[in-house]
Amino acid sequence: MAMAALRREGRRFAPLVSSPNPINAIRSTLAPAEEQVGLGVRSISTQVVRNRMKSVRNIQKITKAMKMVAASKLRAIQVRAENSRGLWQPFTALLGDTPSVNVKKNVIVTISSDKGLCGGINSTSVKISRALYKINSGPDTECKYVILGEKGKAQLIRDSKKDIELILTELQKNFLNYTQVSVLADDILKNVEFDALRIVFNKFQSVVSFLPTTATVLSPEIVERESEAGGKIGDLDSYEIEGGETKSEVLQNLAEFQFSCVMFNAVLENACSEQGARMSAMDSSSRNAGDMLDRLTLTYNRTRQASITTELIEIISGASALEG
Amino acid sequence: MFRQVAHRILTRSTTTYSAGAAATIRRPYSTEVVADASSGDSAFVEAWKKVAPNIDPPKTPIQYMEPRPPTPSTLPSKLTVNFVLPYSAELSKAEVDMVIVPATTGQMGILPGHVPTIAELKPGLLSVHEGNDVKKYFISSGFAFVHSNSYADILAVEAIPLDRIDQAQVQKGLSEFTQKLNSASTDLDKAEAQIGVDVHSALNSALTG
Repeated sequence: MAMAALRREGRRFAPLVSSPNPINAIRSTLAPAEEQVGLGVRSISTQVVRNRMKSVRNIQKITKAMKMVAASKLRAIQVRAENSRGLWQPFTALLGDTPSVNVKKNVIVTISSDKGLCGGINSTSVKISRALYKINSGPDTECKYVILGEKGKAQLIRDSKKDIELILTELQKNFLNYTQVSVLADDILKNVEFDALRIVFNKFQSVVSFLPTTATVLSPEIVERESEAGGKIGDLDSYEIEGGETKSEVLQNLAEFQFSCVMFNAVLENACSEQGARMSAMDSSSRNAGDMLDRLTLTYNRTRQASITTELIEIISGASALEG
Repeated sequence: MFRQVAHRILTRSTTTYSAGAAATIRRPYSTEVVADASSGDSAFVEAWKKVAPNIDPPKTPIQYMEPRPPTPSTLPSKLTVNFVLPYSAELSKAEVDMVIVPATTGQMGILPGHVPTIAELKPGLLSVHEGNDVKKYFISSGFAFVHSNSYADILAVEAIPLDRIDQAQVQKGLSEFTQKLNSASTDLDKAEAQIGVDVHSALNSALTG
């Protein structure tokens, strides 16, 4: 980078060097601040440090602006995520929560962001998905991935390419709403065979804390199986079913509705977590840039003072040589 | 860091104590806002530790919920209703006398002590009766669960208070969709037009009836 700066300097100051040199030399001794130095001049160059400072200052401004943008987006989406939290609670109250259920066909739905610079949340989601895959893949069970978001796709496609069923990206291009998510859920339900869907996302707890969470949605046949076996969903039989032709039809609709509700909340929470993580990442980045700028300023001042001292020494020794 | 320590302490203790005792153990360093009902499914946590011992197991939805009260022995006087939509929770733990929901089999009234039910809802009128005042909403379809502890959960995709619906628009929509139904060719078109007709006629009867 220093060489490139020097090369740039050489090109920029070539016309100046051809002009009368004494003017340049006088200007540089009389003006302690801005020194225009070119290749071949003896004073120490502060240009390199100055270029570095300019780029670090730009980075600081950009990351500060990104933090503000993320903060405003977070404010907007946090309200919606908190409002949607009531949506999945009735299902958990009815069917319980069974992450340790043992089924043949597992599908892991990993929710990640499309854009980067958001800290470690995507890596966390992918790590959790991989661990869930390991837990649930055995001799007679299989595990597949459905990926939402570019960042998850980039990480999972490297080693699990054959297990990926479906990839969906660019969710947040249009304003996230329930209709869009239910179409997405419909897509997944139609194209992927599953006994249990495990949705992995980051739940938004506060601006600095995101909890990796996994929600499990079972297919109607597995719900029947588990309710017969007793355990958490044991008392499903005590519920009377109103509507629909048969119990299995209602349970099918219930499972699909549950999936779209849980997905809606999961997508909103993950978007919140993404904005929060981006805020803190950009904040620490601008703070880093500030620290770097302080250090560079010190170096710059030292270099500048050293070059002034060198100039003075040269003049004084020259003058004393003339005298003595 | 304290959270991780607390989590590990709690997991270790739940494997030795029964599930009942685990629910009452308070986490010593907890600064979390979430209601941690249990430390999660212990079988899941065990399986997780075998596969990925260095990563904390993910949380599951039941840890974010407040636990529901058990079935009381005497008949409660009020029904506790949670009426939720994707965009808001209209009623959250509201104590009411009765709700009437539009199930696919007809209007169904739910009183305290109703037998546990899972009801699929069709577009129609939902009314919440509390003392003397009645709140009416038109809901698109959804589900209603009634639990044995007199808790009712009503989930709908859209709900509008009746006074916000424009009669003229409803009539226009009804005629439009009836026309579409008559001219529909494929099954998909017919089904969509039928849905439109159903919703608009339900709106109509809700406004008039």
